[in-house]
Amino acid sequence: MKKRVLSGAMTSLLALSMLLAGCGGAQTTTQAPAEQPKTEAPATTPAAEPAKAGPKQLIIGRGGDTVGLDPIAQTDGESFKVTENVFDTLVGYAEETTEVVPSLAEKWEIAPDGLTYTFHLRSGVKFHDGTDFNAEAVKWNFERWSDKSHPQHNKEGFEYYNDMFGGYKGDETHVIKSVEAVDAQTVKFTLNRPLAPFIQNLGMSCFAIASPKAVQEAGPEKFNEKPVGTGPFKFVEWKRNDTITLEKNPDYWNAGFPKLDKLVFKVIPENTARLTALTSGEIDMMDGLNPDDAQTVKDNGDLQLILRPSMNLGFVGFNIEKKPLDNPKVREALAYAINKPAIIEAFFAGLGQPAVNPMPPSIWGHNNEIKDREFSIDKAKQLLSDAGFPNGFKIKFWAMPVARPYMPDGVKIAEAIQQDLKKIGVEAEIVTMEWATYLEKTKKGEQEMFMLGWTGDNGDPDNFLATLLDKNNIGGNNRTRWANEDAHKLLMSAQSATTKEEREKLYYQVQEIIFKDVPMVPLAHSTPALAARANIIDYKPHPKGSESLEKVDLK
Amino acid sequence: MALLSYSIRRVLMLIPVLLGMSIVVFSIIRAIPGDPALTILGEKASPKAIEDLREVLGLNNPWYIQYFDYLKQIITGDLGVSLHSGASITQEIGPYLAATTELTIVSMLFAVIIGVNAGILSAWKQNSWFDYCAMLIALIGVSMPIFWLGLMEQWFFAQELKWLPSVGRDNSRNPIEAITQFYILDTIIAGQWDQLWEVIKHLILPGIALGTIPMAIIARITRSSMLEVMRADYVRTARAKGLAQFWVVYKHALKNAMIPVLTVIGLQTGLLLGGAVLTETIFGWPGVGRYIFTAIGNRDYPVIQSGILVIATIFVLINLLVDLLYAYVDPRIKYR
Repeated sequence: MKKRVLSGAMTSLLALSMLLAGCGGAQTTTQAPAEQPKTEAPATTPAAEPAKAGPKQLIIGRGGDTVGLDPIAQTDGESFKVTENVFDTLVGYAEETTEVVPSLAEKWEIAPDGLTYTFHLRSGVKFHDGTDFNAEAVKWNFERWSDKSHPQHNKEGFEYYNDMFGGYKGDETHVIKSVEAVDAQTVKFTLNRPLAPFIQNLGMSCFAIASPKAVQEAGPEKFNEKPVGTGPFKFVEWKRNDTITLEKNPDYWNAGFPKLDKLVFKVIPENTARLTALTSGEIDMMDGLNPDDAQTVKDNGDLQLILRPSMNLGFVGFNIEKKPLDNPKVREALAYAINKPAIIEAFFAGLGQPAVNPMPPSIWGHNNEIKDREFSIDKAKQLLSDAGFPNGFKIKFWAMPVARPYMPDGVKIAEAIQQDLKKIGVEAEIVTMEWATYLEKTKKGEQEMFMLGWTGDNGDPDNFLATLLDKNNIGGNNRTRWANEDAHKLLMSAQSATTKEEREKLYYQVQEIIFKDVPMVPLAHSTPALAARANIIDYKPHPKGSESLEKVDLK
Repeated sequence: MALLSYSIRRVLMLIPVLLGMSIVVFSIIRAIPGDPALTILGEKASPKAIEDLREVLGLNNPWYIQYFDYLKQIITGDLGVSLHSGASITQEIGPYLAATTELTIVSMLFAVIIGVNAGILSAWKQNSWFDYCAMLIALIGVSMPIFWLGLMEQWFFAQELKWLPSVGRDNSRNPIEAITQFYILDTIIAGQWDQLWEVIKHLILPGIALGTIPMAIIARITRSSMLEVMRADYVRTARAKGLAQFWVVYKHALKNAMIPVLTVIGLQTGLLLGGAVLTETIFGWPGVGRYIFTAIGNRDYPVIQSGILVIATIFVLINLLVDLLYAYVDPRIKYR
């Protein structure tokens, strides 16, 4: 009896859902146009005048809340998505690449020895609290960040400052010797030693210039909730885990921008619910689209799909201290045997590109001349027998236990690779463990074959190539334990070179060496998908994951 | 008098319960494998950062010192500082609790009004067509996956019909100025009637999603409890007196049948206050369940500890309240 009731219930549920589905199909066609926002402007209004339909608002749905709004104290993308719009940095990045362009600094000179950087600041710029942006303000910000004894320095320190500029004032490795305000519009940085990515670092979202007066008045903790910068939008309100509201800064230095009057960042954790809210018009755009929903968005005339250029890398690494991975021929054979396009199709839902080099093409210095090995079982087998393993071998393959944008499902992808390797006789045994242990053990070099990835910080090639593969980083992020001397020399001279052209050449060579010696198989660069209402124009997502929305407008 | 001393004893009994709870919460966190500091910081952590964080978390002290430090802090009303946001948990948790409470009240109103009445009617018209339908719906309701129900509601009522909003507490294009953080109250205080309507509309879908399981449970309990009472002698006497069936059911039978129902309502309210993670996630509701859930994802240990402790305390308090309510509903209950 009980069983029958249950199955009856299931049937009726099924019937109900089918009924709902049926209604849905009919409803879409009739209901969709009704959602267009009504403009209250009478037909007589001249077309040139903006429609008086109230303020132009953009509501952005996203998966998680901001951690804090003081950019220097943050490391996460959800915080930078907001601070990018409230603050400016000395230099910025080009629209869709990591090429450095002017921002608060109009131009700059670098001394030939790479030890002095002189910035000429934009004049007439004001912070949202009315105080002037000038050389003193820049100097004050750098002092706050670098000096641990500064009254507005956080007790936890500033992680990115420490990472990017070699520690704090007084540390042996600290890069910045002094920051001088030469005159109101000129700032001079003197370095202790050349740091090639110096200017690249200054464009990072965290090194945004805050109003000294506002930080002093509020103190670092309150400022983290009530930010004041020079950016295109001013901070209005933050309801935690719900919304952050910004309004237009009418005095923004980039004349004519921003186009919008109001910007709301709204937290909707569930990806599907976020898409529903977008479809129903409660929000205007969203990030974190499920790759499987990309097609739904493309098929909906009210919506558009926007892809963010990639700034990450997912890879399969070889611990070259373990046999037989010490043999380059074996590594090359494994590289031939992994079917990258199939993995991207299956696990990234096509929203990714096969990786050739250990850095994404959105970063300058990416060597486009290198052509990837084609998936070939025959070549892999040939190389294996040349290396003395005609019948393959057994190996342990460590799979990531957590999902990351660069590796959506570590274990499943590992299983796909396991199948690929079986075809050349290599028996891979998948090993996985808790994340913290995984990171610790791979650092110590206990693994054989493993998977991991990296998301770029400052858009500099050094941030990928040296971090992941320089011999100085063995025991750190170089988990392949690849200690190639030639690559090391090139990476080191690239770190001390001052011109971009010079560095570019060196990185091209490094990538060639890496490609030939195969310490890792770069798998994929994922391109996160965003969806927006069709009336949104000029939204250009930046590879670094956050961007200023000053140019975005509504049709 | 007896009630008063019972109440005092009952409140004093909370102390060992709460202490026990704090020990459990404290040990769960420390039983998680791996170094918490490394787990929090992830693949980009430098050894120095890990050491610093261990220091901040107090992980370098022996566990009993850690526990007593924690206890000292809790007793002074300080719930600690979130590792993730750096803000005080005592301050942070306020708006979340308000959001969750508002949603819980609406869901429980929905669950109690429909559940109790459906249960009564089912018992009254036992084995009727209504009874079968109601109990079938209740059976479906009890086993309903909230996640699925929530997404279906959103898809049908928000996306297709466009009758109701799918996410959040208010319309972001016309946001509410928070005063008490209880938005229904806030809009009434401000006299913003259009906004009040918006707030109510935002409460409907999550309210139903969250209230469905309690509603079904309440309906089933009410029915079985009513059936039992209706067979009692005094009910038969009431009927024999010639009292209308309606008064027999609603006045005489109901009060006695309410005891188990009240227990269930109390338990369910407690559960909703803490267990609304799914609903809050689907409907983008900035509540306390999601606060803790997010903290688990971020390995924000202080928030997990204090959040669970706060919810558990509320749960215990609601059950205390229910116990005390018994006396009102059934004077035969003696507190000894």
